[in-house]
Amino acid sequence: MSAGNYWIAFQTIVRKEILRFSRIWMQTLIPPVVMVALYFIIFGNLIGQRIGEMDGMNYIDFIMPGLVMMSIITNSYANVVSSFYSAKHSYYIEEMLIAPIPNIVILLGYVTGGVVRGLCVGIAVTIVSLIFTDFYIDNPFTVLIVAFLTAFLFSLAGLINAVYANSYDHIAIIPTFVLTPLTYLGGIFYSIKLLPEFWQQASLINPVLYMVNSFRFGFRGVSDIDLSLAIGVILFFILVLFSICMILLHRGTGIKH
Amino acid sequence: MLALEISNLHKTYANGLQALKGIDLTVEQGDFFALLGPNGAGKSTCIGIISSLVNKTSGNVEVFGHSLDRELIKVKSLLGSVPQEFNFNVFEPVNEIVTNQGGFYGIPAKVARKRTEFYLKELGLWPHRNVQARQLSGGMKRRLMIARALIHKPRLMILDEPTAGVDIELRRSMWDFMDEINRNGTTIILTTHYLEEAERMCRNIAIIDEGSIIKNTSMKTLLKSLNSETFVLYLKNIISEAPELSGFGKTLMVDEHTIEVEVPESLSLNDLIQQLDTQGLIVNRMRNKSNRLEELFITLTSKAEKLS
Ligand SMILES: Nc1ncnc2c1ncn2[C@@H]1O[C@H](COP(=O)(O)OP(=O)(O)O)[C@@H](O)[C@H]1O
Ligand SMILES: [Mg+2]
Repeated sequence: MSAGNYWIAFQTIVRKEILRFSRIWMQTLIPPVVMVALYFIIFGNLIGQRIGEMDGMNYIDFIMPGLVMMSIITNSYANVVSSFYSAKHSYYIEEMLIAPIPNIVILLGYVTGGVVRGLCVGIAVTIVSLIFTDFYIDNPFTVLIVAFLTAFLFSLAGLINAVYANSYDHIAIIPTFVLTPLTYLGGIFYSIKLLPEFWQQASLINPVLYMVNSFRFGFRGVSDIDLSLAIGVILFFILVLFSICMILLHRGTGIKH
Repeated sequence: MLALEISNLHKTYANGLQALKGIDLTVEQGDFFALLGPNGAGKSTCIGIISSLVNKTSGNVEVFGHSLDRELIKVKSLLGSVPQEFNFNVFEPVNEIVTNQGGFYGIPAKVARKRTEFYLKELGLWPHRNVQARQLSGGMKRRLMIARALIHKPRLMILDEPTAGVDIELRRSMWDFMDEINRNGTTIILTTHYLEEAERMCRNIAIIDEGSIIKNTSMKTLLKSLNSETFVLYLKNIISEAPELSGFGKTLMVDEHTIEVEVPESLSLNDLIQQLDTQGLIVNRMRNKSNRLEELFITLTSKAEKLS
């Protein structure tokens, strides 16, 4: 087997993953767009007009980057956790496990699937936001990098969840009890400067805060957090989760007896 | 050259169950080999380890001289495996399942699609190529897994109970198909609990029970030994060695009053007693020696009868 063969295997996994979520687009692509549209209407338009400005911009412009980021996070995570869990649950993960490919190809294949779904939804949500506010990106490169890295990170997290899950319930627990609180408390809807000193400090241990703020910086040029620190934090978590994934796959945790 | 060499293979599952208790097994290149044993004997565990779906506890596995531990990727590329349980995505179309497997093996899409067509036609699945796999019958699903396992032209093909639950007519056509692959040079190992299947298809056989290989021999020798029975004879006389008997199988001295004689179907107990008599040996009592292998076969045979 050569690098060329591995490349073909990688493409096969990615194509399968993209096909999977696009075949069921009613479940995978539409709901997040509808949800974010509601956020724009309610918080952006109706309530936002009463709130006035946040960090020197219209409230709707303030929350828009965070809402896009939230869609990227939940969708990249959801894609990998449900796809990998189904493959394991119905044993067709074995198609890949018996094939002559290193684990890293399988991992990158699934993660790429998650990244693609996360970015697709992110773009869709951005387009929807144009209905409610003007399009403005201060630094497109930062936006792209942060979107990609965040999707990558949460795809890895989804895979870890899938490895340990033993039922479809288990793939809902983490998103509900960990992911959602972290994103809501990650500064999507408010600037942490509004918080009392203690909660400002406490917020800093929430990794999502760094993603939301660097993303907002990319769009609006304003952030509570230093950009390079934010990117550093995201890269650090990617490194940790990536290593965990590789160890789990190597051991065959949850997929081999 | 050996297609497969297993030595001292142990498997203890997480719950403490000892599924393999140190088995040794060799399969020659080009062989059609049967691994026969009742349910729960450890056949699937053994195959799971070879195809790297089950982690072994200890022992060695080599495929065409390549070590499973050190050359995993190489070993995988030489193996094709048809598991006992269906393990494809039932919502995927039939042709995609086979072509994608080619992709996982690094086969370019164009080649993979050609081979998919070839094997689906060979196995009578071509008319169903565009349906979701869940719409196939049990026998068709089994054949789908065979097509999928052949996509990278493996040198060693392992089939775990390929004909379980397949009706007799279809079973025959699957046998013909496997025969053909074997004649084209692919080594085949199949597990089964149908005696008839092993007898008809296989040149060599290993019998596994409760995690141990209890017999590993050629089909011919096995059938011969099955057609003879061993008797334990208690002699009036004192002997110092086993008597010479012509026409009988293995003859053993157990102690100074006891011998064991393997009696082939062609000879009678009368012949045995007469031969002993001419040597001045008098038989006091006699019993049929129960033999684990024979017992196993009785259970296997009665099971097979129940199923068919
Ligand atoms: N994942 C597992 N965990 C615990 N025990 C298992 C597992 N898989 C199989 N076993 C046990 O190991 C033994 C051998 O099983 P198996 O290899 O499937 O036998 P066979 O294929 O010959 O029917 C059985 O007792 C079975 O219950
Ligand atoms: Mg079995």
